[in-house]
Amino acid sequence: MSGALEITGVVEVGGFTLDVDASVAPGQVVGVVGPNGAGKSVLLRTLAGLIPLSRGRIALGDTVVDDVDADTFVPAERRPVGLVFQDFRLFGHLDVRDNVAFGPRCRGQSRRASREIADAWLDRLGLAGLGGRRPGEISGGQAQRVALARALAVDPHLLLLDEPMASLDARTRVDVRAELREHLRDFAGPVVLVTHDPIEALVLADHLVVLEHGRIVQQGTPSEVARHPRTDYVARLVGINLYTGTLDPASHRVELDQGGTLFAVPTEGAESCARVVVGLRPSAISVHTERPEHASPRNVWSGTIASLDLLGDRVRVQVDGAPPAMVDVTPAAVADLRLHEGLGVWLSAKATETEAYPAG
Amino acid sequence: MNGTAVSRGRGRATPDRRPASLPWVMKAPALVAIAFLLLPLLGLVARAPWSGLGRILRSQQVLDALRLSLFTSTTATVISLVLGVPLAWVLARSRATGITLLRALVTLPLVFPPVVAGVALLMAFGRRGVLGSLLDQWFGVTLPFTTAAVVMAETFVAMPFLVVTVEAAFRSSDRGLEEAASTLGASRLTTLRRVTLPLVAPAVAAGAVLCWARALGEFGATITFAGNFPGRTQTMPLAVYLAMESDPDAAIALSLVLLVVSVGVLVGLRSSWWPGGAR
Repeated sequence: MSGALEITGVVEVGGFTLDVDASVAPGQVVGVVGPNGAGKSVLLRTLAGLIPLSRGRIALGDTVVDDVDADTFVPAERRPVGLVFQDFRLFGHLDVRDNVAFGPRCRGQSRRASREIADAWLDRLGLAGLGGRRPGEISGGQAQRVALARALAVDPHLLLLDEPMASLDARTRVDVRAELREHLRDFAGPVVLVTHDPIEALVLADHLVVLEHGRIVQQGTPSEVARHPRTDYVARLVGINLYTGTLDPASHRVELDQGGTLFAVPTEGAESCARVVVGLRPSAISVHTERPEHASPRNVWSGTIASLDLLGDRVRVQVDGAPPAMVDVTPAAVADLRLHEGLGVWLSAKATETEAYPAG
Repeated sequence: MNGTAVSRGRGRATPDRRPASLPWVMKAPALVAIAFLLLPLLGLVARAPWSGLGRILRSQQVLDALRLSLFTSTTATVISLVLGVPLAWVLARSRATGITLLRALVTLPLVFPPVVAGVALLMAFGRRGVLGSLLDQWFGVTLPFTTAAVVMAETFVAMPFLVVTVEAAFRSSDRGLEEAASTLGASRLTTLRRVTLPLVAPAVAAGAVLCWARALGEFGATITFAGNFPGRTQTMPLAVYLAMESDPDAAIALSLVLLVVSVGVLVGLRSSWWPGGAR
């Protein structure tokens, strides 16, 4: 049923040009990141059929949904695509159940069958019992799930999410992210997720596409992109060390899956989670050539420099160790400490700079 | 709200948290305006022939006028809804050139003297009118001075009220929701029926009430185009005007009825089931 998404083409809208060539395998979650105005939304709208391609082709498995040369264009209402909008766009005049039933009803199901489908999805997304409420009467996190249920209820072959967390408050975001990860995993088709939140991209996506000025400047797994950022924007965006591990709630000590331990500050919602993702910014880590004595940072570990890359005004140092880490230092520090590939170094980071997020 | 804004404006030196009283320059004319608007209504109530009210309102002529008024203004409103809502949608959504001019033209009756509207209707649909002469020749149909003419006059004058109200709502309705509907598989017609129209329903209702009230009070276009025949074209406002010459008590009684209806409309517009109205 599900096939890969393949897009090769150019979209021209109001003086802006988006030129992309990408494919997403069934079950794969691709995170599209990029600065404002990079063309992320244009890309999603093109995939959804709200904007036609100017040149090129989009295929979903065996179905061609847009092909300029063949004069094929399947408009949004007939494209098997589910889209979760940033502001959710729930219908305020319908209750939650009818919002979710809207899609199946439009696609030819009877009223009763549509409501049954809606109830099944609401149940599946933990919204059972909210069917009779109006969108104005539920929380932001619930609205996000309703929007997801509504998109999934049409049984799409492609799922698109436009900044699904952007309109949620920080507290809700943490909970929803963990849930969303589960639901995206359950979805059989390709998923394209637009975001500007690095944590969201790294936690939810298994492949990153970086858009800048309407072009793909880099793509790869999150760790590949983070290790070898090609532009300054990418470096800053995905320039974060991420580790998975098990949190001891009493001591805030995290036993990392990659080896090693870190003391971390659990963010809201992570206190009670055993499984966490630990985020540590490269600029928050210090490099030492000798073991730091009387050091105030609680996290101190050793490693070997694997690579050095100049990134604008900083040097990104890749250190192999337990855990491995990316560290940003100034060029002056590289010179002072005589850092080079193969050198054994000590790393330190404050626990307060080390944040643990629920892994979901 | 007012109080905090004022105290903040005065700064910290005078921590006066009382709301400043409104300046008399504004208050005095406002009071005159209130008196001017309300006194005539009070006059109407004060001079009403309360004892003879029942007799007057039960007279055949009054009942005929009331029945005709309700029938014609309701029919005019229904026609305005059937034609005006699609027109409002076209005006709001069309990107064709000249749509601005078209909007100005079709809403012209809003500012038109109603008598002029009546003359214009005669020129179009009268026996010698542009279309009226053809109707007469081909079908033997003459519109002026019939109940149909009353409905036409009222529709002509009142429909623009509905159109402007509904067009504004279409214009400000969330296009994002229509987009969401299309990604869920809704055709343009389904989107219109299940998303856009429900969203503008309050404006349609408000526009219909305004339209109906305007049609009910229509005088100038009606008397010019439809004449003043009791039972056929004599609506309430016409009956009031006629009664003023022969039976002022009857005129006052009829005016009271129209006043009660108007107050009813106002209350209806503001009642709680009205989204967007006072809650």
